[in-house]
Amino acid sequence: MIALLARDLSLAFRAGGGFGLGLAFFLLVVVLVPLGVGPDSAILAAIAPGVLWVGALLASLLSLDRIFALDHEDGSLDLLATAPLPLEGVVAIKALAHWLVTGLALTLAAPLLAVLLNLPAPGYPWLLLSLAVGTPALSVIGAFGASLTIGLRRGGLLLSLLVLPLYVPTLVFGAEVVRRGATGLAPATPLALLAAITAGSLALLPFAAAAAIRVNLR
Amino acid sequence: MRLSRRVLPWIAALAGLSLGIGLIWGFFFTPDDYKQGSTVKILFIHVPAAMMAINAWIMMLVTSLIWVIRRHHVSALAARAAAPAGLVFTLIALVTGALWGQPMWNTWWEWDPRLTSFLILLLFYLGYIALWSAIEDPETAADLTGILCVVGSVFAVMSRYAVKFWNQGLHQDSTILKVGEKDPLDVAYYVPLVICLVGFVLFFILIVLLRTRMLIRARRLIALEARERLG
Amino acid sequence: MELRVENLAVARGGLVVLEGISFTLCPGQALVLRGPNGIGKTTLLRTIAGLQPPVSGAISAATDDLAYASHADGLKSALTVDANISFWASVYGSGQTAAAAALDRLELTALRHRAAGQLSAGQKRRLGLARLLVTGRPVWLLDEPTVSLDQAAVALFAGVLRAHLKEGGAALIATHIDLGLEEAGGLDLTPFRPKHQRAVAGGFDDAFGEIIGAPG
Repeated sequence: MIALLARDLSLAFRAGGGFGLGLAFFLLVVVLVPLGVGPDSAILAAIAPGVLWVGALLASLLSLDRIFALDHEDGSLDLLATAPLPLEGVVAIKALAHWLVTGLALTLAAPLLAVLLNLPAPGYPWLLLSLAVGTPALSVIGAFGASLTIGLRRGGLLLSLLVLPLYVPTLVFGAEVVRRGATGLAPATPLALLAAITAGSLALLPFAAAAAIRVNLR
Repeated sequence: MRLSRRVLPWIAALAGLSLGIGLIWGFFFTPDDYKQGSTVKILFIHVPAAMMAINAWIMMLVTSLIWVIRRHHVSALAARAAAPAGLVFTLIALVTGALWGQPMWNTWWEWDPRLTSFLILLLFYLGYIALWSAIEDPETAADLTGILCVVGSVFAVMSRYAVKFWNQGLHQDSTILKVGEKDPLDVAYYVPLVICLVGFVLFFILIVLLRTRMLIRARRLIALEARERLG
Repeated sequence: MELRVENLAVARGGLVVLEGISFTLCPGQALVLRGPNGIGKTTLLRTIAGLQPPVSGAISAATDDLAYASHADGLKSALTVDANISFWASVYGSGQTAAAAALDRLELTALRHRAAGQLSAGQKRRLGLARLLVTGRPVWLLDEPTVSLDQAAVALFAGVLRAHLKEGGAALIATHIDLGLEEAGGLDLTPFRPKHQRAVAGGFDDAFGEIIGAPG
């Protein structure tokens, strides 16, 4: 398990591994929005929570199709499925690796980018917290979506279509935490709901994804 | 197949009849609403379409579960057959909603929880249909869409609550279930609306039956072709 | 550890490709599967490996006795030879000495710091086969193990295989090349083709293909 995590991480940080791509995309979104919306700092402050969350969500979407597709292409998924690791565990580890490479990096970068969007000061801790709690759900939901599209040659767009509606609750609660935090309201309720979604997804989706992988390898 | 062929014309006739009666009654023989004027009459399409949009998904969930658990092939194809119908009902509900909303709320679109939920439902339908058509092997496609449907249902319900939480909304509460209470919906509307509902249900069954038969025939054709090729 | 297959039928794409296969593979034995391309050797191996369900029949073997090697080697071209083999060694819990020994056996030690992507096709194949040694599992399921190997490498691999059999291992091999294993039995799959093409019972084609005569 740990070996798998180490392998996925070292692959991600190597050339062509996709690390940094998500961060660059996140930066692009945050730079482009003010250019499109206009420089009014009050407006930017109001939309900052949503823009940051949408940006993080789209950035994590970017590398989802690599989670299983590469292993499927070179045959290692077959070998992993016959190895003494439960496939559910493989899914969980791969989602964890995806999160460490994208979700965690996005979470840490978000406060810096929030400066560009004039996020009100009380919002910062909630931004960090909500992304830290919510992005694992994005990774594991994404791994589930990726498991459905393993065998498809051009699965990228389909994957986005499948995953985006599943991202809705996470996005809604995540952005709500930041919005409430930034405007001084109590963000405890949406934060609890966000944590519940993450916990539920982490507990159940690896099983669904493993079932989908078995179907795909058949 | 045989049973479905025998009942098809009856369902078609009944669907046509109840839709005809319900819509004509609804459009021409009900009083205008004192507040909403004649625009209210769009409810005879809007409400049943919205209900069927959800019912179609529920039916897909049930048939998907039957496939996953009992491996009943017709069930898998019925789920596939229902999806485009559900998609169209969702679209109708959204479009009629926009047409109704324009004179009522003075806006074509509002990020109201109900409207937003339907938009999300539309995305679910699109994803489901896209996954079916992307996978060649029918067994794999049926299995994967089944898994997607079950997981999607859970997330659809969560989205519904998330969206409710996010915005309290303009949309009036669903009126139909409150008839027994303070009777906000006049009986004059209620009867034709129920007839319309029955019509929509029958229409949906008709489409699902027709499409399931079509899909079964298509599968049969593929099986025959494969047999031909292999001798 | 004994692999016993009884009356096995396997399918590909909803059609039964092989049926009625029975054999027993005891420690020290190797069985070479023969037959023309497309007869279902890969399907048979994948079914025995547990990657797809059999149509009918029984496979009795503990799944943790089996080590499957597919057409593809499952190598990560960005990682070094060393990293590739150590990964599988830790997945199978066999440790780094086993990994080094496996590289040594397949004469890859000199290349261990190269990225797998820079290896020649034959060297990649050898690395893929080295993985079998680190699994520590007795029954090898080999799908065309000698593809892209030169004569010397084939002989090298045959030596590895022979040693594995001597130590009480077993191997089921789909191949066209004579490995020169005198102890290996052969199994021609041609007679196990179904007499009549038929769809998998309970599959989609079966469910709808068989009711062609029915009206409606």
